[in-house]
Amino acid sequence: METLWFMIVAVMVAAYVVLDGFDLGAGVLYLGAAHTTAERQTIMRAIGPVWDGNEVWLLAAGGTLYFAFPLLYASSFSGFYLPLMMVLWLLMLRGIGIELRHHLHNPVWQGFFDVVFSVSSILLCIFFGAALGNVVRGVPLGPDGYFFEPLWTNFRVSIRNGILDWYTVLTGVIALVTLTVHGSLYIAIKTENDLNRRARTTAQWMWPLQLILTIVGLIATIYIRPTVLDNYQQHAIGYLITVMVFASLAVMIYALRKGPDLAAEKLAFVASSLYIVGMLVGAAFALYPVVLPASTDPALNLTIYNTKAGAHGLAVGLASWILGMILALGYFFFLFRMFRGKVRLESGGY
Amino acid sequence: MASVGAFYLLWEKFEQHGRIFVRVGVAAGLTFSVLQLFPTGDRQGRLVATHQPVTLAAMEALFDTQPGAPLVLIGQPNVDKGEMDNPLIIPNALSFLTYRAWKAEVKGLNAFPTDQWPTSIELLYFSYHIMVGLGTIFIAVMLISAFLLWREKLFTSRWMLWILMLALPFPYIANTAGWITAEIGRQPWLVYGLMRTADGYSKGVSAGNGIFTLLGFMGMYTVLAIFLHYSWSVAKSSTGQRWKLRQWSHFMSEIRSRLGSRNSHWARIWSGPLGSES
Repeated sequence: METLWFMIVAVMVAAYVVLDGFDLGAGVLYLGAAHTTAERQTIMRAIGPVWDGNEVWLLAAGGTLYFAFPLLYASSFSGFYLPLMMVLWLLMLRGIGIELRHHLHNPVWQGFFDVVFSVSSILLCIFFGAALGNVVRGVPLGPDGYFFEPLWTNFRVSIRNGILDWYTVLTGVIALVTLTVHGSLYIAIKTENDLNRRARTTAQWMWPLQLILTIVGLIATIYIRPTVLDNYQQHAIGYLITVMVFASLAVMIYALRKGPDLAAEKLAFVASSLYIVGMLVGAAFALYPVVLPASTDPALNLTIYNTKAGAHGLAVGLASWILGMILALGYFFFLFRMFRGKVRLESGGY
Repeated sequence: MASVGAFYLLWEKFEQHGRIFVRVGVAAGLTFSVLQLFPTGDRQGRLVATHQPVTLAAMEALFDTQPGAPLVLIGQPNVDKGEMDNPLIIPNALSFLTYRAWKAEVKGLNAFPTDQWPTSIELLYFSYHIMVGLGTIFIAVMLISAFLLWREKLFTSRWMLWILMLALPFPYIANTAGWITAEIGRQPWLVYGLMRTADGYSKGVSAGNGIFTLLGFMGMYTVLAIFLHYSWSVAKSSTGQRWKLRQWSHFMSEIRSRLGSRNSHWARIWSGPLGSES
């Protein structure tokens, strides 16, 4: 049962990154690719109806984590207190940027909120990447299951590491590049002409960087935590995930090279989504059954067994979870169907 | 909604809308204020009596376990002496409301060790009584309004319109008081009977971090408030005024077309230039 919940949480996190990832990426792209007011408005309209629905998956994943693995929730949310608050502030600022830029029809204030929106999107990408880096690298867990990490110490990976060290900065950059490409591909699907061309060019230029960073990230992960390979050696099927990651990268560049063609853009976006899912599932596969490794002593690892909720709760919760999922998915398909197709400003809307 | 409508009627502007607002507001207000008392409020009260008897005793400031417990309408709890000051009571009513029997025994605070009492009995008692008192007032106000509406006298009864208008903040106060009741009533427990609030705080988060983030939230909301105030003042300035009025007239014309109203009084108000309205 706890394995099932581990998979559920992993799938929900992956769904969040794939979905909110493209509007975060659109935020990264925003200042660079959209030059005129109309272009900026086009990007806003492309993500406007869906960005808050996408963020629900973060809340839902957090809620599920709290429900299924309460000890993990308690430990990580108090250990990562300050960075989580910063993420919360950035999410607020991003929402403020999106919603308040319509309030005053004044170019100065619109420019201000454009920057608020874009900068908080960039920082969120880096923070989320660093968060995943922390979970893979491990944190200094004490015997009571709690830990404290300063924001940074000396940027080395050791027992006394901070939230940010060279490894988590690296994962943050990987996330930034990945989500920029992801967002660019989404914007390419949703727009035409100049904006479409710039979005595709960005994705094409970022692609080699993404490839190099994927390889570097893989090597760095194996270097700082050789135990990540254990699960792969026991179950060789795990290597299929690695194959999927690189195959997705190949499909992406193949589709991008085909030029401005909606079907190819959609193919590239699906490949980018699969790449993200592959990276996250690969990390989850490597960690299992550990959910938060201890950098101090492997015996102190938080695993799905020592953090899970009671068996009765886990069983009953499955029914509510399925019900909630049906509702969320229904809303999701309705929303994306309603706002399908290219964004055109003259047609009005969001 | 009824308050805003009453305000329009007293002001003698936008009267057509004022009437709609009052009519809808009073109909909904009567329905829901009665539903709040019964069955939902009554059921909630009995659930508290079953699962958190000490909370019920503190909410009602019932210090001694007794059969035929009275319901205190007004009074100030004196926790040190364990009695009510200046009480105004209905005998046996609490027993009846809780157990449907006039002589049933209701557990008072003295049936429980003091370390299980809610931390602030005074605050709990007052927030609960403010909520229930306001709820009772809502029912009375809505009953009278509905009666006047039925007799077609409400729109001319200025005294009742004044009461409706001045009642605007009460639902918010009742809401907040109810929330305080729920949160204070649960003390000293985080999970009732299992985990105390004192055991629930994050040991890994220092007070300095807590203050830092509290200040951060305060700062962010302050900046937001200043900006919203600024956009409000811009919207009120000359350039903004036209924009706002355009929105307003658009909104109103939409309502008009939906209602299909061709009232002459109505047309007189809206056919003139909007600037003369305010």
